[in-house]
This record gives sequence, structure tokens and C-alpha cells, in this order.
Amino acid sequence: MPLSPDILIQAVANGLLTGAIYALIALGLTLIYGVLHIINFAHGALLTAALFAAFFADRTLGIDPWASVFLLAPAFFALGYLLQRLVIWPASRGEDRAILLVTLGLAVIVENGLLFQFRSDTRTIDHPFGFDVVELGTMLLATTRVVAFCAALAVAAGLGLFLALTDTGRAIRAVAKERLGAELSGVDVPHIYAVTFGLGTACLAVAACLLLPSFYVTPQVGNAFVLVAFTIVVLGGMGSVPGALAGGLFIGVVESLSGLMYGETLGQLGIFLIFILVLLVRPQGLFGAKA
Amino acid sequence: MTSRFTPVLVVLAALALLPLFVTSNVALNFLKVALMLALAGTGWNLLGGYGGQFSFGHAVFFGTGAYAAAVLQVRFGINAWAAFAAGTALGGALGLAIGWLTFRAGLRGSYFALVTLAFAEVARIIASVWPLTGAGSGILIPLKVGFATLQFASRAEGYWFVLALLGLAMLLVRAIEGRRFGAQLVAVRENEDAAKALGVDVLAVKLRAITLSGAITASAGAFYAQTFLYLDAGIAYGPWISVEALLTAIVGGIGTVWGPLIGALVLQALSELGKHLGGDAPGLGLVLFGAVLILVVRFAPHGIVGLARSLRPRRLARG
Amino acid sequence: MARLLASAEHVTVRFGGLVAVNDASVPVPEGRIVGLIGPNGAGKTTLFATIAGFQRPNAGRILFGGEDITRLAPHRRAALGIARTFQIVQPFAGLTVRENIAVGAHLRHAGRAEALAAAEAVADRVGLAPLLNLPAAALTVAGRKRLELARALATEPRLLLLDEVLAGLNPSEVRDMIPVIRAIRDGGVTVLMIEHVMQAVMALAEEIHVLAEGRIIARGTPEAVARDPAVIEAYLGHGAAAHAAGGQHA
Repeated sequence: MPLSPDILIQAVANGLLTGAIYALIALGLTLIYGVLHIINFAHGALLTAALFAAFFADRTLGIDPWASVFLLAPAFFALGYLLQRLVIWPASRGEDRAILLVTLGLAVIVENGLLFQFRSDTRTIDHPFGFDVVELGTMLLATTRVVAFCAALAVAAGLGLFLALTDTGRAIRAVAKERLGAELSGVDVPHIYAVTFGLGTACLAVAACLLLPSFYVTPQVGNAFVLVAFTIVVLGGMGSVPGALAGGLFIGVVESLSGLMYGETLGQLGIFLIFILVLLVRPQGLFGAKA
Repeated sequence: MTSRFTPVLVVLAALALLPLFVTSNVALNFLKVALMLALAGTGWNLLGGYGGQFSFGHAVFFGTGAYAAAVLQVRFGINAWAAFAAGTALGGALGLAIGWLTFRAGLRGSYFALVTLAFAEVARIIASVWPLTGAGSGILIPLKVGFATLQFASRAEGYWFVLALLGLAMLLVRAIEGRRFGAQLVAVRENEDAAKALGVDVLAVKLRAITLSGAITASAGAFYAQTFLYLDAGIAYGPWISVEALLTAIVGGIGTVWGPLIGALVLQALSELGKHLGGDAPGLGLVLFGAVLILVVRFAPHGIVGLARSLRPRRLARG
Repeated sequence: MARLLASAEHVTVRFGGLVAVNDASVPVPEGRIVGLIGPNGAGKTTLFATIAGFQRPNAGRILFGGEDITRLAPHRRAALGIARTFQIVQPFAGLTVRENIAVGAHLRHAGRAEALAAAEAVADRVGLAPLLNLPAAALTVAGRKRLELARALATEPRLLLLDEVLAGLNPSEVRDMIPVIRAIRDGGVTVLMIEHVMQAVMALAEEIHVLAEGRIIARGTPEAVARDPAVIEAYLGHGAAAHAAGGQHA
């Protein structure tokens, strides 16, 4: 199928823009896995919740998502912190099978709670920059998505610096590497676990605010994004922050190009199939057989 | 040997007599659905409870059983009973296929749960666009009451049919409990490496478990098709049945033969209660179920059966 | 000279850049108790893992009963007659002691009743008979070690690999285990044991191989090995051998 290079470049660029947001979602997921060693089944539902929160901040309070992010990120950090501290940890006592079930339970509650409360209508917002574009050479890129790209990378970089330079960040890395050793050195592990979970959900809040201007909101949309995020995390390596970033951008481009060539409807199916394939083919040694 | 099956047979007999005393349509419907969920849960329980492999996508088996039964009858004119059997067998074959792919790749724990979730979603998407399964509009089995078409003249008959299916499944599980396969299955659940070192062919054991599990849950799906006569992708392969299948086992008592039955009755009762209080809005039931899941994991990880056992004085001598 | 039941020949195991086992050969004569000792991190458990089938060697081979079993899966090796215990005990926590041992017995007995009966017999041999109905999770460390042993024995092995089965036991518990192990050997089972508890190895083993930094540095009778300067250095550090030789008699 002959495609002009201009269209291809545009598709790649769009892919990178979306990819940065994927990367941010994947970042939260991989951070939670890397430190707590749990696969957060509630990640998708929490992203949906964040999207709804940003939507209603805009619709009922009139706060633009680019502004409400400064409210929602701390709020969702707190939510994640409390969820881990008060629900996940006590309910599961650290057992793998129990953690699986509890995060599943949370996912079911949040997703269906949103469904019950708001029904399944699609919602979008009108953003002041909603129809603006940025010209880059021959490419026309939606302004909202360019901003999202830059912001997502900035947040990722900020998170990286936080982990590298602050005391809490060091404690997080210590717990991720060697929990027992960290505990013996005096690190408050339950607190660090909760902080990490909170950071993961805060990433979701930021991603949601960046997504909202150019995307729609339904109770199922979180899952679609998170599935891609899961694929990225497994591809890039569970617990690897650079892996999540690189993987996110890569998958974004792949999705954009295949969307160009095969159409949207096959898109979701394709992502699921890639996801299954990645899980089946990825050699055991690199990520271990069990979370 | 007979003593192992007696309690199950007694309970089944008692349940079989129930329609003689309970004639209200509402009650019989309630029981029919509960038993169907118990059947789906029994399938899940074999793989998840006894085998320790938690599937989050058992809908893939339920839906396959349902669609196979429906499609074979409606599109290919095959006899309802044959279609039912084919649906069950197809569920088993699908279990074997999925198990072969995932267990050979070494997927366990959360990864296994994730991949089963993905399989269920793939099935749902395919069913929602494939003309064979009716795509978006779903598939309708024409109403034609009679023995040949496996459509029940009365609610009691439907109840007895699903009771028979459940009974067979429970007796199968009971039998497995008393055999080498059962011992090896729980060993795999408790500790795969130790099991391997003791000569257990872990892969073969898991494959057998998932095949049986898939067939049992598929039969529940086929029953759904025959009872409600309408399917679409969201009903057949939706998360609701994945969640309910696992929830009945966990609430009732994971890894026990009674668990799914008790869990299904309790959850159905809860669901009806929820409808009374909150109306028929979508989502409320599952919210309740999610909360129940977390509460059970927190306070009663061995379910209702586990609670009952902990209240009984410990017997020191066991046969 | 007894015939060899098993042997690890020129086994090398690499983990990335680290060589855990370096061209190690351990012949195991039939009917003997053979000891494998060495300082921590020497690669003993890794070597064990290659014999038991849990680790594929990068080079070398494992022979059992004359056959090359290097590529055989663990459960097939168990069927052939190789049983192992784990250094960190791995009981089936949710099952009773009897049920635990029965899993091993099922390798040789298809029927449930036979397997349970065989399990009870094995429990008797290792002194677990009074605890048969207890959940495995309720056992003490010593009990769990015996359970590991019993489970492995229930598979009716020809070769029993014991990985630090005495670790974590107090001196009187160790003293109680020694005759149990000896009885196992007397019953016709060849034993290869990794051990740190020196009194036990010296008392039980008929020949000892010493592994340090992945290499076999000495082999021989317990007395010969105890006096070997290379062994003393490996355990106590550089110069210790000279120091020891300058001091006392053996």
C-alpha cells in the first residue's frame, strides 16, 4: 500500500505523542510492580476514575484539566496511598494470591461504581485549545497532544529525579531492590509501599488530565489504555522505568502505524493479541514466571 | 470409597426434591441461575481452588460453550443435545489449548491471571464482530419447547437438568479428591518445585485440570444458551461471568467441593437483595460483589466452608 | 571399589559473568554416603541442582545408572530414582504430614489407599508417626526437615540428595538424625549430602568432596580432607593452613 512519506511521518509523530502518555501510565504500573511486586489489576479502573474526576472538574467546576491536574495529582496520590495502606495491605497480608484478588476486587468496585453512577454514555469536554494545531515542518499536530507529550516527559523526568535524589526516592529504590535489607536499615516499608502506590495513581491522574482535552470518557476507556500499558511494562521489563518510557513511545508508534494501515476496529484486538504474544514469548529468565 | 460420595449424593437428592415443595417461578428461577453459577464456579474451582492457578477470564469457556451450542443449532441445524455436548467438549479443547500455550510458557500467578483476562477479551471482541456469532446483534435460538430441542417445558425441568450437570461435576471433583491426580494437583498448588522433585509431571497435571475446568464451565454456558435463548458477546464473554465464577468458589470455600454451590446461593441472594434496594441499574451488583471479594479475602479467606470448619471442634483422628 | 551409581562429570554452570560451578566432577559410588562440603557460596547447591535437574549445566554431563540424564526434567529423574531435599524446606503447607509424604509415595503407588499406607510406613522410619495428622505448617524446623526427608524417601529413590538437611537443628536434634540417615544408607539408598555441620559429615560420610569457588579442591576420606591444607585455607582464609600446621597435631 503506497503511503506518502509525509503521512507516515505524521503517523509516527502522532504515535510518539500518544506514546508519551502510554509511557506515563506504564510508569505508574511498573513502579508499583518494581517495588511492591504486585500487578495492579485496579490500574485501569483508577485511570477511568481519574478521567471522570478531571471531566467533572471541568464540567461542573469549570477548571481546565491543565489546571486541575495540580489538584488531582495530589488527590490521587492520597487515594493510592490510602488504598494500599488501608485496603490492599491489610486485606492481603502480603500473600500473592490474596493481592491478586484484592486488586481485582478494587477494579470491579471502581469500574462498576462509575458505571452505576454515570451510565455508559460517552463524554467529552470542549477545550480552549481543542482545535489548535502546531506546525512542525509538513506535520500538523494537535496542540493538546503536543502539550501532553511535553508534560508527560517532564513528569517522567521529574519522577526519575525524585527517585534518584530524594531520601524517599532512595528508600523506594532500596525497598525495590532488597526489601529485607531496607527494613533492617530502618525503612518504614508499609509507608514506602503506600507512597509508591500513591505515586503510581498520581501518574494516572496526570495522564488523565493530559488525555482529557483530546479524548473521550466512558467507564471502559481506562481498561483500553491500561492494557496497552501492561503490554509495555512486560515488553520493557517489569519494574524498569526506562523500559516503560522506551516501550511506551515504541508501542505508541506501532499503534499509530497499524491504525493507519488496518483501521481502528482491529486495533483493540491487535493490542490484546500482541499482549498475549508478549506474555507467552518473553523468556522466563528475564521476568520470572510469577509476579 | 462410597462414604466419600454419600454426602454429595444426599445433598443432590434433597435438592432434586425441592421443586416438589417449592413451586413459585421466582424461586425456581433463582435456584436455576444459582446452580448454573455454581456449575461455572465448580469449573473455576478445579483449576483455581484445587490447582492454585487463578484464572480471571473463565468467561472464555462459558461463552464458548454458550456460542457453540447456539451457533451449531441455529446456523448448522444440529440437534440441541449434540450441540450441548459439542459445546462442552469445545470448552475442554479450548482449555487444553490455552493451557498448553500458557503453562508451557511458564506463566503463573498474576501473569496467568492477566493472560486469561486477555483471552476472554479477545473472544469477546471477536464475537462482537463475527457474523457467525451474530456480531453486534447477538444470536437467538428459536423457541421450540420440547425434549429434542433441549428446551424446558417447565422451570422445574430446567432446574433438574442443571442440577444433574452440577451433580456430575461435583461428583467428578469428589472423585478427583480421592485419587492420585487430586493429590498431585494440590501439591502443584502448594509448591511446584517440591512437586517436581517428587516426580509430579506438573505440566501434565495442569493441562488435565484446565481441560476439565474448561469443559465444566462451558457446560454452564451451554445451559445458559438453552435456558435464556439469547446471547451476545457481552453476555457470553463478559467480565461478569469471569468474576462470578471465581467469586462463588472464593466466597463458598476455595478448594472444596461445596464451595461453589454455597457461594452461588449466597451471592445470588445478595444480588437479589441488591436489586430490591438499589433497583436494576447496571453495575450495582458487581460493586457489591467486588466489596464481598475484598471482605472475604480479608476476613474469611477459606470462605464459608472454612468458617464452618473452624467452628467445629478439631477432630484429632482422621481416616 | 563400588560401582558408580551416579556422577557429575566436568560440570560448569555460569550465571551471566559469574561462574558458579567450574569443571566440577563428583563420582557417587553405589551404596555409599558421600559428602559435599565447602565454604558458603562455593556452588554446592548449584551443583546439586544440576544433578536433580533444576539447573541446566553450561558444560559437562550428569550420569545416572550409566545413562546420560543431563537433559532430563526433574520429575523424570525422580521416576528414575533420584530424590532430593531442599535447603530451604518446601513443605506443602496446606496439607497434613501424611498427605505431604503421600505425594511422594504416589510416584510408586497409583492408588490413594496404598500411597497413604506407604506414607505412614515412611513416617515411621523417620520418626514422624505421631505427627501424621498435623498440618505441615504446624511443624517445628526439625519436624519440617524430617518431612523433607520422608517425602523424598517415599519416592523409593536409589540416590538421595540431601541439601543441608541438618541446618538449623540443635546438637541433640543433629544427633537424632545421624542414625536415621545411616539407616537409610543401610537400606540400600545411596546418599549424597551437602552439609555444614562438620561433626555429622565426618561421622556419616565415607568420602568427601570439597568445593570452593566452584572448583573441587580436595577429595578423600574425612580424615584426609580435614588435614588437607587447601581445605583449611578455603574455610579459614589465606595463611590459616600454615598457622594450623605450625600449631597442633591432627
